[in-house]
Amino acid sequence: MLIQAIAFYGFAGIAIAAAFMVIASRNPVHSVLFLILTFFSAAGLFVLLGAEFVAMILIVVYVGAVAVLFLFVVMMLDINFTELRQGFLQYLPIGATIGLILLVELLLVLGVWVTAPDVDAIVAAPTPALSVAHNTKALGLLIYTKYVYLFQASGMVLLVAMIGAIVLTLRKREGVRRQDISRQVARTPETGMAVVQVASGQGLVGAEYYVGPSARDNAIHQKAGE
Amino acid sequence: MTIGIGHYLTFAAILFTIGIFGIFLNRKNVIVILMSVELMLLAVNVNLVAFSVHLGDLVGQIFALFVLTVAAAEAAIGLAILVIYFRNRGSIAVEDINLMKG
Repeated sequence: MLIQAIAFYGFAGIAIAAAFMVIASRNPVHSVLFLILTFFSAAGLFVLLGAEFVAMILIVVYVGAVAVLFLFVVMMLDINFTELRQGFLQYLPIGATIGLILLVELLLVLGVWVTAPDVDAIVAAPTPALSVAHNTKALGLLIYTKYVYLFQASGMVLLVAMIGAIVLTLRKREGVRRQDISRQVARTPETGMAVVQVASGQGLVGAEYYVGPSARDNAIHQKAGE
Repeated sequence: MTIGIGHYLTFAAILFTIGIFGIFLNRKNVIVILMSVELMLLAVNVNLVAFSVHLGDLVGQIFALFVLTVAAAEAAIGLAILVIYFRNRGSIAVEDINLMKG
């Protein structure tokens, strides 16, 4: 019991301190790193609760994907973050007031709530004993049977998010020469080559002869409405 | 001393409050606001898992997984919007985001 208490207070203390540093640190990169620490500590608390699968998923999804995404964006955007910090103290009183009011409200709720007497009768999916199925197996047995449609729907949510993020950030750059293999393959000797009769002693005179085959090719493609 | 559900709920309440506080404190920086939203969703997940274990009902943990999914999708879309906004305007200050005010 004592070890449980030590673990809880350790993880909770680290998580709260790190969460505070997320919003208070000057450098957004530090904010992201403190966010990772918060999620690690919360995962520790989940393990302490006996929800190992959620804890591991929290680390995989948040630390492995979301935090790295944040880190990429913070490092990619060229922003003067000290400029964004201005007005920090200006919002401190109202933020502290609202936060304090909310915290007091939540703690008041915590002080008076009681569990309904018939709650055991309406449990939707009772946790099996640890000898029957461990946490991951029990969740899998439930999520792939009873909640399979919701599982599929969450997959659709992720798919839409992925497509949306790609569509939003994709852009066509101007002035980038890309290799167009289909156009290269479609070239014929007629379009790619010009036979010029050069009068002896005069050389190539006149600009039209200097137009190389590739440039002529471009002109033809443009005329075709490509 | 035993660690009951009340401890976890208190922890989640404090975490949620820090999230709200962060939104008000960093009124100019959208990235920190998004991180504060992630903190609040984490607090919600702590509540869900704590009650799931307290009541012996696995549905709470499944719901926590779905919340996690939505949080990941939200972060991806939010950051994508942030990137294109920065590309167009050269700034991510919240006060500059008023194009749709009319």
